[in-house]
Amino acid sequence: MHVESKIRTPLITGGKSLHDVSNDISRRVEDKPSVSWLIALGLSLIMLLVGGYAVYRTLWDGIGMWGLNKTIGWAWDITNFVWWVGIGHAGTLISAILLLFRQRWRMSINRAAEAMTIFAVICAAMFPLLHMGRLWVGFFWALPLPNTYGSLWVNFASPLLWDVFAISTYFSVSLVFWYIGLIPDFATIRDRAVKAGRTISASVYGALSFGWNGAAKTWSRYETVALVLAGLATPLVLSVHTIVSMDFATSVIPGWHTTIFPPYFVAGAIFSGFAMVLTLLIITRKVYNLEDYITIKHLELMNIVIIVTGSIVGIAYITELFIAWYSGVEYEQYAFYNRVTGPYWWAYFSMMACNVVSPQLFWFKKIRTNIAATFIISIVVNIGMWFERFVIIVTSLHRDYIPSSWGMFYPTMYDVGMYLFSFGFFFTAYLLFSKYFPVINMAEVKSILKPTGETKKN
Amino acid sequence: MADSIKNYVLGVFEDEDVLLKAITKVRKEGVNIYEVYSPFPVHGIENALGYNRSRLSIAAFLFGMTGTCLALTMMIYMMTIDWPMIIGGKDFLPFPTFIPVTFEMTVLLSAFGMVGTFLVISDLKPWGKAKMFDIRSTDDKHIVAIELEKNKLDKTKISKLLKASGASEVNEKQMD
Repeated sequence: MHVESKIRTPLITGGKSLHDVSNDISRRVEDKPSVSWLIALGLSLIMLLVGGYAVYRTLWDGIGMWGLNKTIGWAWDITNFVWWVGIGHAGTLISAILLLFRQRWRMSINRAAEAMTIFAVICAAMFPLLHMGRLWVGFFWALPLPNTYGSLWVNFASPLLWDVFAISTYFSVSLVFWYIGLIPDFATIRDRAVKAGRTISASVYGALSFGWNGAAKTWSRYETVALVLAGLATPLVLSVHTIVSMDFATSVIPGWHTTIFPPYFVAGAIFSGFAMVLTLLIITRKVYNLEDYITIKHLELMNIVIIVTGSIVGIAYITELFIAWYSGVEYEQYAFYNRVTGPYWWAYFSMMACNVVSPQLFWFKKIRTNIAATFIISIVVNIGMWFERFVIIVTSLHRDYIPSSWGMFYPTMYDVGMYLFSFGFFFTAYLLFSKYFPVINMAEVKSILKPTGETKKN
Repeated sequence: MADSIKNYVLGVFEDEDVLLKAITKVRKEGVNIYEVYSPFPVHGIENALGYNRSRLSIAAFLFGMTGTCLALTMMIYMMTIDWPMIIGGKDFLPFPTFIPVTFEMTVLLSAFGMVGTFLVISDLKPWGKAKMFDIRSTDDKHIVAIELEKNKLDKTKISKLLKASGASEVNEKQMD
C-alpha cells in the first residue's frame, strides 16, 4: 500500500501520461541530429584533436614536455586527475545513496549524472596513466602481473596502488549500474523502432536491450539488483575519494599529512560533482525541453546539496588552518602560512571565494531557484574546486625543506593541451550520450507519475 | 517446448493499481497467470503474483566473499610469502594496508557476480531475442499473459474475468 501526502507536489509536472514519457525522451534519440548539436560536437572534436597533439607529444617525447620540475613533481596532471575524479562522484551518489534514502527526485537526473560520472572517471584515469610516461609498460607497474624481475610484485602498501583498484572498481561498477538501468529504456526505443519500421535502429537497440521484455519476474529481480548494487556502490563511492585523499594524507609532506583529508575530499567531490551535473543538466533541459522532468524543484534540491557540501568544505579549510597553528609543528605552520600569503595567494583566494563564499548565496531561495544564477554558480564552484586541488598539490610542494630547492610551477602548452584533451573527450562523450541514449530513465520516471496513487491522466 | 505453439489470452491494463487488484482477483478464481509484462517496476506485483523474494542478494554475498578471499590470498602471497619486503617500516604481513584493496575486490566481484547471475537467470544477453506478447508493454500498457493449456477455464470465461477486473482490452496470441 503506497501512501503519499496530499500536499506533496508532483515530481514530474505537465500531467504527463506514460506514453508522453516514452515520446518525450525517445524522440530525442529518434530525431535527426540538430544543427546546434552538430556544431557542439564539432567544437568538442576540435578540442579533442588539439589536445590530442599534446597527448601525442607527451607520449612521444615524455612528460618532460610538461612544466613539472624536481621540486614540483605533481602539478596540473594530478590536479586534473583529482578534479575529474571528484566530478565523477555525483552520478553514483545520486543513483546509489539517494536510492537507499528513497529520494525519488533522483529518477529524472540519475541517467545523465551517471553518464557524466563514467566519462569523468575516464578523463581522470587519463592523467595518472599518462604521467607514468611509458603507458605501454604501465600495466606491469599498476597491476599485480608476474614479470621477469622475480616476480617483483606491485606494492600493496601504497595508496597509489589502492587508487588503481579503487578507480577501476568504481568505473566498472558504475558502468554496470548505469547499463542495467539502460536496458529497459533501450527496449522501449527498440519497440518504438519496430513499430515505426526503422530496421537499423530496431536491430541496434535490440542488441543493446539484451532481449528485455519487462516480465514481472525480471522486474522483481531487477529491483533486487538495483538495491544491492546501490548498497555496494554507496561505500564504494565514499571509498574512492577517501583513497584518492590518502595519496596525499599518507605522505609526510606538510600540507598533505592531515587526517581530515578523507571526509574533506569526499565532501569536495560531491560538491563539484553536483555542480557539474547542474551545469550539464541546465543545458540539456533547455535544449531538449525537459522542463517538466527536471523541474526547478530538482535544481533547488541539488543546490541544497551544494550548500551542505560547500559548507563542509569551508569548515575543512578553516580546520586545516587551525590545526596547523595548534599543532605547534613549525613546518606545518609554514606550509599554511605560505599557502595563504605566499606566491600562490591568488590561487588560495580564488579557491576560498569560489568554494566557500559563492555557494552560500544559495541560502537565498530567490538565487537557488534561479536558473541563470545556478548555472553561473555551478561553473564558479568547479573553477574553485580546480583551484583547491592546485593549491593543495602545488603550494605544499613548491617550498621544499631546503630553500635552495624552492621553486615555482609554470604550466607549458602541453599541460594546457592535456586538460583541453580531457574536456574534448568529456564533451564529445556527453554529446554522443545525449543524442543516442535516453537522457532520462523512462522506466523509473513512469513509476512516479502518479503522486497520489488514485488517478492518472491518460 | 521450442516448436510447440501455445495459445495465450492477453489482458491489457492501463493502470497499475487496477492491474494489482485484477491479478489478485484473477488468481483467486483459480486462473494460472503465465507472466505479467510492465513498462516499469510495479510495486507489490511479486506479492500479487505469489513470487518468492529474489535470492540474488545471497549470490551477491557469496561472490563478495569470493572477492575478499581472492584479494587476501593474492596480497598475502605476494607481499608476505613470495617476496617479503619491509616497506615503510611495516610488518611482512601489513594487514591494515590490505583493507582498501580487499574492500574494492569484494565490491567488484560481488557486483559483477550478481549482475552476471541476474543476466543469466533472466535470459538477458546481447542480441537476445525479446519474447514480446504485446509491443506496447515497453511503452504504456501492462500485459497479463494467461496460457490457455495450463488453465481449466476456457477462453471466453478468462476473457470475461479479465474484462470484469478492469482490462481495457483482451486479445489472443499464439507464441512458441
